[in-house]
Amino acid sequence: MCGIVGLFIKDPALEPELGRLTAGMLETMTGRGPDSAGFAVYGAGEDGRTKITLRGTSANAIRDTVSKIEKAFPDANAILHDTHAVVSIATGDGIRFDHWLADECGETEVVGRGNRMEIFKEVGLPADVAARFGLATMRGTHAIGHTRMATESAVTTDGAHPYSTGQDQCLVHNGSLSNHNNLRRELRREGMTFETENDTEVAAGYLTHRMHEGLSLGDALEVGLNDLDGFYTFVVGTENGFGVLRDGIACKPAVMAETDQYVAFGSEYRVLADLPGIGQARIWEPEPATVYFWER
Amino acid sequence: MPDIDLGVTPLRELNGALHKLPKDTNETHWVIENPAGQHAIAAGLDAPLNVEINGPVGYYCAGMNKLATVQVHGNAGVGVAENMMSGFVHVSGDASQAAGATGRGGILRIDGNASSRCGISMKGIDIVVKGSVGHMSAFMAQAGHLIVFGDAGDALGDSIYEAQLFVRGDVRSLGADCIEKDMRDEHKAAIHDILSRAGFNGDVDPSDFKRYGSARQLYNFNVDNAGAY
Repeated sequence: MCGIVGLFIKDPALEPELGRLTAGMLETMTGRGPDSAGFAVYGAGEDGRTKITLRGTSANAIRDTVSKIEKAFPDANAILHDTHAVVSIATGDGIRFDHWLADECGETEVVGRGNRMEIFKEVGLPADVAARFGLATMRGTHAIGHTRMATESAVTTDGAHPYSTGQDQCLVHNGSLSNHNNLRRELRREGMTFETENDTEVAAGYLTHRMHEGLSLGDALEVGLNDLDGFYTFVVGTENGFGVLRDGIACKPAVMAETDQYVAFGSEYRVLADLPGIGQARIWEPEPATVYFWER
Repeated sequence: MPDIDLGVTPLRELNGALHKLPKDTNETHWVIENPAGQHAIAAGLDAPLNVEINGPVGYYCAGMNKLATVQVHGNAGVGVAENMMSGFVHVSGDASQAAGATGRGGILRIDGNASSRCGISMKGIDIVVKGSVGHMSAFMAQAGHLIVFGDAGDALGDSIYEAQLFVRGDVRSLGADCIEKDMRDEHKAAIHDILSRAGFNGDVDPSDFKRYGSARQLYNFNVDNAGAY
């Protein structure tokens, strides 16, 4: 199972509604994924600064981490969201920050980083996860979300989606990969590290690796059609938009809607039913083995 | 005429009420508003009702249908009319994957496109699609007719048994053991008969269709293949 939602806003007037609409879509997908939920929101960015989303083992732990960061990096701004914090640092401090974090706060995970992307994920019902992080009040240009029904690995926050694939990039997945163990071994040989036994983390690592080799995200998804064995619908968030790819058999569901105001993705039509103007939207199912991208 | 708003009435209450109706009920015309893509709307009907649904439905709408006419004024999700036994299901928009899957009887009419695996494992149902059908349609189709006014995607009729497929447009590729066959008068008559019962009044010429069916090389045991087992 698993449920995926995505909302890419074309009309800036709708940007303040991004979080509220995404939270509703995520909750509708509870039946497809009650184990854990997560989402990436692309909000405001600032030139010369990088946003790093951190996750602690608890809300207290992340608060401790943030107070240490504020001492070590006086220039940093941090916003706490339950077990997560979004820390904005000068982009030039990035490498120093990573070393410092590994030395001083080894238990704190980096969930994602980028100019605009923030990622939040936790174990629990989608509505509870969305409420804990305050998704409904977030604004931005686009968001992707995931509700997980675990099949390939344990129900843990590490096993929750989205997975970051690079700066301002993340991946959510509905399906399961059958060659993830082999692919993980091959990618480890290339020097990549993996935190979990999860198949989606391997898909994210695979795309990251291909892009390090010089491919664009679209091209990496294309070659992935040959290398990723299994069934999947992927939705990929990028700084300026999102992409969709289904495997060649396309047994995992996907429905899309487009109006003048937005492009929306749902595992089922129910996800889209409450969006504004849905009655007049163009509704269709993305073709198998075809890479789709929306950007602005 | 009961008029049910699914924004107010729980789905189980509606389906429960429909299931309780005796076959000789006078309450035959039901109208359902605000379906909002909910699953299993009007599934399991077993009376000669006329159920009109105003809006898009989710999975398995009119599944297992017997006797009833179900009209969806909108799109339908996965498995519309799956395992239908008899009756008539009419979707005015598009249908998602596996429309009419395993259906044993009755007519499923889709005015838009149907997605992949339309008519998978059909066992006697007649399916009419005014648009096109996706890949792997009529996979392992055993009996009944699939009539497509538009095109068919990859691997049409893969591993087909004795269902008959009629496509007016292009077929991207045929699946294993599916071949094009001659259109004889009996096939044109079958198309004419199904289309009239599906509400098309002679505005489609059966001669425009090509027929596809089983080469019968796959489902009979062939001693030359003994080494493969």
